[in-house]
This record gives sequence, structure tokens and C-alpha cells, in this order.
Amino acid sequence: MSLLVFFILHLIPGDPAQAILFQVGATAEDVASMRERLGLGDPLWEQYFRYLGGLFQGDLGTSFLYKQPVSEKVIGLLPHTLLLGGGALGLALLIGIPAGITAALFRDRFLDKLVTGIAVTGVAFPAFWLGLLLTKYFALELGWFPSLGTGSLKALVLPIVSLGWPLSAILTRLLRESLTEVRRSPYLISARSRGYSGIRILFRHSLRSAIGPVVSMIGLQFGGVIAGAVAIEVIFGRPGVGSYLVESMTAKDIPAVQGIILTIGVVYLVTNLLVDLGRAGLEPRVRDEWSSR
Amino acid sequence: MNRDEAEGRVNGSFGSGGRGSSRGLVPLVLSPFAWMARFFQHQGLMRSLMMLVLVAVVICAVFAELIAPFSPTEIGYDILRSPNRKYLLGTDQLGRDVMSRVIFGARPALLTAGASVLAGVLLGVTVGLVAGYGGRWVGAVVMRAVDVMLALPGLVMAMVVVVILGNGALSIVLAIALAQVPVFARMVYGETLSVKRRAFIDAARVVGCSNPRIIGVHILPNIASQAAVLATAALGWSILVAATLNFLGFGFSPPDASWGVDLQFGRQWIYQAWWLSVMPGVAIALTIMASNLLGDLVADYAGGGYRSDGRRLRVDGVI
Repeated sequence: MSLLVFFILHLIPGDPAQAILFQVGATAEDVASMRERLGLGDPLWEQYFRYLGGLFQGDLGTSFLYKQPVSEKVIGLLPHTLLLGGGALGLALLIGIPAGITAALFRDRFLDKLVTGIAVTGVAFPAFWLGLLLTKYFALELGWFPSLGTGSLKALVLPIVSLGWPLSAILTRLLRESLTEVRRSPYLISARSRGYSGIRILFRHSLRSAIGPVVSMIGLQFGGVIAGAVAIEVIFGRPGVGSYLVESMTAKDIPAVQGIILTIGVVYLVTNLLVDLGRAGLEPRVRDEWSSR
Repeated sequence: MNRDEAEGRVNGSFGSGGRGSSRGLVPLVLSPFAWMARFFQHQGLMRSLMMLVLVAVVICAVFAELIAPFSPTEIGYDILRSPNRKYLLGTDQLGRDVMSRVIFGARPALLTAGASVLAGVLLGVTVGLVAGYGGRWVGAVVMRAVDVMLALPGLVMAMVVVVILGNGALSIVLAIALAQVPVFARMVYGETLSVKRRAFIDAARVVGCSNPRIIGVHILPNIASQAAVLATAALGWSILVAATLNFLGFGFSPPDASWGVDLQFGRQWIYQAWWLSVMPGVAIALTIMASNLLGDLVADYAGGGYRSDGRRLRVDGVI
């Protein structure tokens, strides 16, 4: 329990500092026009502390563009982005884990080369380009899925695929490496010599310890997924935090940009906290490492 | 791949393996063809192809004027022609030759990626060295700031920087460089800490080396290969981020050719003219693949890209 608290305290100091950063950057940027529009003549630090005060009450300021509280807007949009990101993550796991296992089991043989070859392309394709190609063939030519909007679940398919595909490629490569490493370790040889079946060895002995790096990579990559969602949301015309970010950046809507960035940072930290907890649940080693701190 | 394999591969391809018969007869430097054959023999088809792609992209970037069949910015009457014998990759909505634009687009792509990685490495290494070599609280403060930067996805941070600095090639370079600083700083910080503890640093201090000399002569060479590995691995990422930024409308300057901007315009014509959005995308994807494989190659060559604690150093990333 004390550990958890430590961890949260360890991570949180980031946010106020982040706010300072962007407060400074923003006001230096178009101080004059902002003053005229909003009468922000107060010293910078006063503004900052007011902002910080509001932050603790869940107030992110008022959007210049929409004249409505940023927090309302962001909270309204966050589910859309999380749905997209979560779906992409799910798809990545769904593809990446079986593909990674296949590649490791058939290492250096044809199946492995096929899988890793596809994975190499997956890492190199920009998500937004993949999105465009998918729109072209599956939406415009075949008409299976809508190319824009949020109307139905069907509209989620293409965005999720284009966002999840690169991630699945990364997970595949990672799982291949870590599973291969585990399969060479002495305790697996001993398990094999005791005559356990291949499936049992795979699921009970090797996968459990090989999945650790994959889990931490999910945490690291979740920020990337959110960033990728920015482009994907723009392409597919979906409402979401990402497209709102682009919109407010183009419009120089400083409070909105600040609020969105803070939100993304918080989401990222929370995800990583969850991922670390999940890892501790999976691996006794990590738990020991923690309690010895 | 484990360490032995990686080292075996390095020795096999560049060291004194002696499998190739041309060794000893003709110096490798003087016979690029023998070198290419050896490369192919040891690295396989995929890597060889990707190296060819990389060389081709670099040649396109350097000699764009000589290679491109048309001017990339000249507006013509043949608009939205599909790929044909005159316009190999078709023409766009203003009648410009897509192939020429793709060829000219290699220049800003490589320049941006190269410059931003260079700047990112310089800044990141400096920050990491200062944090690692400076006292305990200097390190703590600097690394906390780095952690804050890491909490933001790189692309989002680059977007913020571009918005603050305004549009233009330079601000894109700076944005991508800044987004990379925390990654480099973190790596260098860790390496510096571990190098600093070793005996030869104490020895250097005992014989009276100044701090700058210890950093420059004793620490820097020890982290240089790791930094080089990370830098090449970051090339592909930079190209991707630059393309994404351009695509989203940050920091572009038409009418100059740029893959990301062309994709953005091509997107509006996707129904009528698929080649507008496919061709620049192919160029981006191929270049990223090639530079990723270059990163792998450098990692193999520079001692496997392992951190000093034996774990494999890896920089994978969707934006």
C-alpha cells in the first residue's frame, strides 16, 4: 500500500511543472492579443497560480474558441479517444501475441520470416497513411465501412485497424525476442526434460515470463497510441481529444491546448501506473523489487 | 537475437571471418561490388534491398534536379492524369508531376530528419552528461524535468513546439529535436552514471584532469557508440513525425514538395486520384523501413546495441 502511494507521489510532480511550461510558452507567444481579448494583464505567476488553483478544483479554464469550460469539452471527448485507443490496443494484442508466439516457435523458419517481414512493414507505415489506404479500398471502393463519422460501431473498424496495426507489429517483434530468450533458459529445458507437453510449457512456463516486456511496452506505447489517434481522428473526421487538439492548436486556443495536454499527460501516467501494477501481478520478481525499495 | 548471435554476425560480415574469397586480394574500400556482394551474403535479401532503397533516396535527395523528369512546382494543363508513360506516377490537381515531387520530397525529408536527430543528440547528450556528471541534486532536478517531458507523446510535444515557434522548416527541425531530447538525455544519464563509477575515472581525477577533460576524453567516448545506435534508430522516427506534422498542417510551406503535405492534398482527391496519396506514402514507408534497418545494422555493428547492464537497447515506436 505504501508502495502505491510512493509511486503516485513519484509521478505526479510532473503535472504542475508541465502547466508552467506551457503557460510560459503560450503567453510569450501572443501575449498582446490575449491581453486585448481577455484582459489578462496580471503578472504571469499570478495567472499561473490562479490556473493551478482552478486545476485542483477540476477547472481547466475557458476555451477561447468555444467560450465553454475546457474541462467539459475534454471530458466529453475523452471517451471517444479512449474507445479508439483501447480498441486499437485490443486489436494489437489480438494480432501481436499470436503472431509473436508463432514467430518465436518457428524462429528462422519460413513462418517466422513471413511474420517478421510483415511486422517490419507495420512499423514503417505511418498510421495516417494506412488509414488513407484503408479508407480508399474498404470505404470508398468496397463500401464495407463508412469512411467518416461516428455513427455506428462499423465506423470504428477502420480507425481501430489503422491505429492498432503498427502497435501490433511492435508487440510481435518484442514478444518474439523475449519468448526466444525465455525458451533458451535452463528452467525451460528442465521443464521439457520432465516431459511436459509443448502447450503446457508454452502457456504455463514460457509465456508468463515472456509477456513482461510486452506489458511494459504497452504502457510506453500508449502515449504513442494517443498521439497516433490525433492523426487518425483527423482523417476519419471523428470527434475526440486528438482532433480537438489540432483544432485548438490551429486556432491558438491556449487554454484548450493546455487542458488537452494536461489530460493526455494524466492519462499516460495513469496507464503506466496500471501497467506497472499489472506487471507486478504477473511477475513475482517485480513485486520483490518494489518491496525492497 | 542474443548477444552471441549479434556478435557472430558482426564478426562474420565485417571482421576477420575470412569466408569471402576476395578478402586479401582487393581492399574492400576499392571494390564496392565485392563489398556489396559480401553485404548481400551476410545480411540477406531484405537488408540489402533496404540499403539500396536508402542509397536511392539519398541520391534522389542530392541530385533531385538531375533525376526528376519535370519541375516539382511547375503547374501544367494535364491535371490528375493517372500514371502513364509520360508521367510515370501521374500528375496532381495542379498538373504537377507526382514523380518529380516525390523525388524532390526526399530532400526536405532527409534534411529534416538528419538535422533534427543531430540537434536532438547534441542537446540530449549535453543534458544527460550534465545530469549524470553533475552532483546528485542536479541530476535529480534535470531528470525530473526529463520525466515530465517523457510523459507527453513525442508527436504531441513536437506539435506544441511548432505552434509556439510558428511554421517553417526550422521550427519543425527544432520541434522534433526537442521531442527527442528526453530519450537521449535519459540514455546518456544512465550510461554516464555507470561510467562515472569506474576506476579509470577516479584515476583520471587523481592525475589532475579537469572536469571538462574527464567528460570529453574519458566519458564521452564510452557512451558514443550507444548514442550513435540510438541516433540512427531515431532517424526513422523523425521522418515519421515530420511527415505526420506536415500532414496535419503544421509547419508546411507549399508549393515546395514535401511527402507529408502532398499526402494531405492527395487525401482530398483520394476518390478520383489514388496515386496522389499512395505515392508519397510509399516513399515515406520505404524510407522509414530503410532507416530502421540501418539502425539495426548500426546496432549490430556497434557492439549489438546493448546497454551496459546487458539488456538490449531498443527504440521501437509508433510516433
